[in-house]
Amino acid sequence: MSVLTTETAAYGSTPTIPEPGPPQVEVFGIRHHGPGSARSLLAALEAYRPDAVLIEGPADADPQLRWAAAAGMEPPIALLAYAPDRPALSAFWPYAVFSPEWQALTWALRHEIHVAFCDLPASMTLAGAGRAEHGDEQFELFDGDDEGEEDGPSTSSGHEEGSSGRTAARHDPLAAMAEAAGYDDAERWWDDVIEARLDGSSPFPMLIEAMAELRTALGQPGGREGRSEARREAYMRQTIRATLKAGYRRVAVVCGAWHAPVLTLPLPPATLDQRTLRGTPKRKVTLTWVPWTHQRLASATGYGAGITSPGWYHHLWSAPDKPIVRWLTKVAHSLRGKDLPVSSAHVIEAVRLAETLAVLRDRPLAGLAEVSEATRAVLCDGDEVAVRYVTDELVVGQALGAVDDGVPTVPLEADLNAQCRALRIKRDASAKIHDLDLRKDYDQRRSVLFHRLQLLGLDWIAPAESWVQSQGTFRETWESQWRPELSVALVEASLWGTTVESAASAKVGEIVESGSLQDLTGAIEGCLLADLPAALGRLLGALAERAALDADVIHLMEALPPLVRAQRYGDVRGTDTQQLAVVAETLVVRICLQLPQAVGGIEEEHAATLRGTIDRVQQALGLLAAAGDHTQLRQRWFATLAQIIDRADVNGQLLGRMVRILHDAEQLDDAADRVHRALSYGVEAAAKAAWVDGFFADGALLLIHDATLRRLLDDWVSSLAEQEFADVLPLVRRTLGTFSAPERQSIGGRITADSCTAPGLDPGAEIDEHFDLERARPALDTVDLILGGRRG
Amino acid sequence: MNDSPQTGSVAEQPAPDQTLRPHAEQAFADELAALARVDDRPRPPRWRMSPWAVVTYLMGGTLSDGTVISPKYVGSQRLIEVAVATLATDRALLLLGVPGTAKSWVSEHLAAAISGSSTLLVQGTSGTAEESIRYGWNYARLLAEGPSPAALVPSPVMTAMRTGTIARLEELTRIPADVQDALITVLSEKTLPIPELGDEVQALKGFNLIASANDRDRGVNELSSALRRRFNTVVLPLPASEEDEVNIVSTRVTEMAASLELPPVPAAAEEIRRVVTVFRELRNGLTNDGRTKLKTPSGTLSTAEAISVITSGIALSAHFGDGTLTSEDVAAGIVGAVIKDPVADQVIWSEYLEVVARDRPGWGAFYNACRDAT
Repeated sequence: MSVLTTETAAYGSTPTIPEPGPPQVEVFGIRHHGPGSARSLLAALEAYRPDAVLIEGPADADPQLRWAAAAGMEPPIALLAYAPDRPALSAFWPYAVFSPEWQALTWALRHEIHVAFCDLPASMTLAGAGRAEHGDEQFELFDGDDEGEEDGPSTSSGHEEGSSGRTAARHDPLAAMAEAAGYDDAERWWDDVIEARLDGSSPFPMLIEAMAELRTALGQPGGREGRSEARREAYMRQTIRATLKAGYRRVAVVCGAWHAPVLTLPLPPATLDQRTLRGTPKRKVTLTWVPWTHQRLASATGYGAGITSPGWYHHLWSAPDKPIVRWLTKVAHSLRGKDLPVSSAHVIEAVRLAETLAVLRDRPLAGLAEVSEATRAVLCDGDEVAVRYVTDELVVGQALGAVDDGVPTVPLEADLNAQCRALRIKRDASAKIHDLDLRKDYDQRRSVLFHRLQLLGLDWIAPAESWVQSQGTFRETWESQWRPELSVALVEASLWGTTVESAASAKVGEIVESGSLQDLTGAIEGCLLADLPAALGRLLGALAERAALDADVIHLMEALPPLVRAQRYGDVRGTDTQQLAVVAETLVVRICLQLPQAVGGIEEEHAATLRGTIDRVQQALGLLAAAGDHTQLRQRWFATLAQIIDRADVNGQLLGRMVRILHDAEQLDDAADRVHRALSYGVEAAAKAAWVDGFFADGALLLIHDATLRRLLDDWVSSLAEQEFADVLPLVRRTLGTFSAPERQSIGGRITADSCTAPGLDPGAEIDEHFDLERARPALDTVDLILGGRRG
Repeated sequence: MNDSPQTGSVAEQPAPDQTLRPHAEQAFADELAALARVDDRPRPPRWRMSPWAVVTYLMGGTLSDGTVISPKYVGSQRLIEVAVATLATDRALLLLGVPGTAKSWVSEHLAAAISGSSTLLVQGTSGTAEESIRYGWNYARLLAEGPSPAALVPSPVMTAMRTGTIARLEELTRIPADVQDALITVLSEKTLPIPELGDEVQALKGFNLIASANDRDRGVNELSSALRRRFNTVVLPLPASEEDEVNIVSTRVTEMAASLELPPVPAAAEEIRRVVTVFRELRNGLTNDGRTKLKTPSGTLSTAEAISVITSGIALSAHFGDGTLTSEDVAAGIVGAVIKDPVADQVIWSEYLEVVARDRPGWGAFYNACRDAT
């Protein structure tokens, strides 16, 4: 393996003048993301004064290392490696400011000491992963062994499987050591022995010995995992050899504690390692830095990089003395920000409780568990909501890293560029209109991409008014205009994923987590248009849950129409809409159960909103019925309405509208009687007007064609006393004023016609005696001409 | 069973095995003695055993001399540790929880383990007067002799201060606010002034107070923040797993049926499990399979209520039914327990029936019975 000959071009000083005596290699076994490790490491480095620092990390990232010292770099950030031909194949190496690797790196850069990464290059890691995984898999550093090494709690389940106890211990060597020390929890053990150290005396020699013991006791792992570990360690040794060969005399190696024993001098013969590394697959990769967050460092978000409390560790790192007092003061401060009364006396008591608990549990120093329990019992009065707030805000932390402007691109951008090239879309600073015909495959793909960008909030391309007049559903118009700040938006969006598709999915995932009912239903349409079926499934699940919890029936009713529309789109696009239908049905059932309570005793304005909502639900149910057999649901809906229309505490316009809906659906045979009753003498004029509004609004056709109803309205208006008429006129005008002029004319004409028609006669058969033949003559002549006949 | 005189009870009291319900320190005298014997850790002043031993007494375990300590509290050890550490810091302890979460039980056993006596008890009610917390007077003596220490009737709290032991206060939030405030001096200054005698009682080391309050009663007589500040709060949760809860319910139901002298009804494991399931699902706002979210009704739906639903069901079936517990017997009780607010809870319950209960296999009879009862 000759990779190494070219690898030593890393950043840093040239070898210093050779000192007498043999070269030295000091190995510092650390715990990834351990602030105690970082502190001990810095002290050890200061004492050792190396002339070269090797850090566990992808060796091909060396050209990126110089960025770590750049002004704009603010941890948490992550080193990102991705295959440029397939950006979804990527790996992250996240670093927080308290990560020992980060501290070693910046320490070396500050002191202008040669620094390089020594682990297997990302080109090999990704090549191996790319062949093993068929799907587009993202994964992080600290795979397999390392993860176990640093993450006690996550592997505790492995302990319960008695048969595989050995494997579990190998996965989590620290759990085994903690058990030997009488701890039930490896995390606590590490915290007590390493992390909680404030004196900074070097724990590293002791750790190497312990790990050596452990590695002997557990033996070599087998299989793919074992091969990968052997390769990584062989590569690390090869890098150490190359560094020594280049003339460095005092080398410091910073790596996960598990690897420490096999990297110490004297190293075994190089031929063995060369054989191990021979034939390792490689592929082209690009490396860059991306901003990271504390939330993503936390294993709670599913990333194996494995710490549950980055905020706490950050605090341990940044607060050199009285960590407990400082932390609880911070908690008190944050709770005050939430308007919770927390005094200094509370903080004093919390500190006392945390320390007493530590004594009761035989711990040298209160840890996160004790501090959290003290927070709960003293500062939060046992209130879980407040405790959760503290956890999110402080224990996990909300820090967002930043990357220097000079750092090259992210995979999301690479993916977007590739897609744009394939679909022939240019990033232009000038505005450009895209008219898409969705019947064409090419335009369809463009549309999907645009919709995904919409979901991601990248407003490079936005829906626009079409120049082409078209009402067809197969046409979409978009406008694109690139702005420089969109590059930043892209990098931000890259936090969601490495491809446009996965990022859009993840973004929908966020809506699933925190969006309101309306957000969710809105996103459902977006998902269908952006062709994200997997995200759609999650969205529907969340929608069902949110619907169950939402007590406001209006929200539920607003959620139904988009859902039903989505079901129709889905049908058109061949998506499986079974689940959509189930959710929609449950929604209808819930609406039917809750509506009767929501309609009572509400004021005019609110009633108007509700009326619109009821209309939309009615329409949606119509669509739903068109899509399949839902007569039962419709019956339930109508039964609910029928139950409401006899109530006295419901606003007139709602009653009017419901009667109208039931009348239209032929569910009511006494509609005429009801109109009559509602408009009869005993009812107050304002209530009548509201009822009329509810019943007749946008119902011009009904009035034109239903003579009975028309007569009712006519009789009512004629029967009004003068004062009553004056009172009610504006209200009625409000309703009838919404009809178009021809509609009003037509209604007026019919009413006039009605008034001079004897009941029982067909209005069409009526003959006007004052027929002015002279004025009609030209028209009659023309008709004659057309018919080709002669007037007799 | 317990014939050792070490509990310090007054001579004329009946033997513990004759009482309807012996105190914790009587019932578990052997365990307490064994713990005190084995315990070699440092003890806070006037504590009968070390904090570590108190935790062991509550959570159970096996001692180095082989004595088995039965668990008194089934739940999280961390909670008990926080409670014990609180008492060791001389801060007062407030146990919160819905009814039936073993608050009084825990407080009784803590007092028994720490002070050897759980009898310094004030029961909080809306009628609790200041005398119960401070001191009262023997009026005959007061009239005859004027104010004197002999005429003074100390409250349990005062006694605890004098002897350096633990006092217990049940249902703190039921006590009127002005009476609650009498505690502030006691808890902050650790002293109880007696202006009539120009004297005061200063608490000895070891004095502390365990109060319990019902979560849902917060609105009744909410603690002033001045008083609240004197307490560390530990919230005792409802049983963690369904299996635990089913066990607790069936055990208690059997006991209660026996003490109510109901005719024996075959143990209806299925109905008990169903009631526990309904209660848990509504309480958690989530079905047990985790697939459907639910709204939570306003009632507490505690384990204690599940017990009473089953018990009344058994009474119904024994006196009016065919002697086996059926869904119909349970339905009426469960509807009453769930629907506390006639409007909101009614909707929640109908939704639960329609969305969850209707389609669940084997729940058909229950669904119909509940619909009829609703």
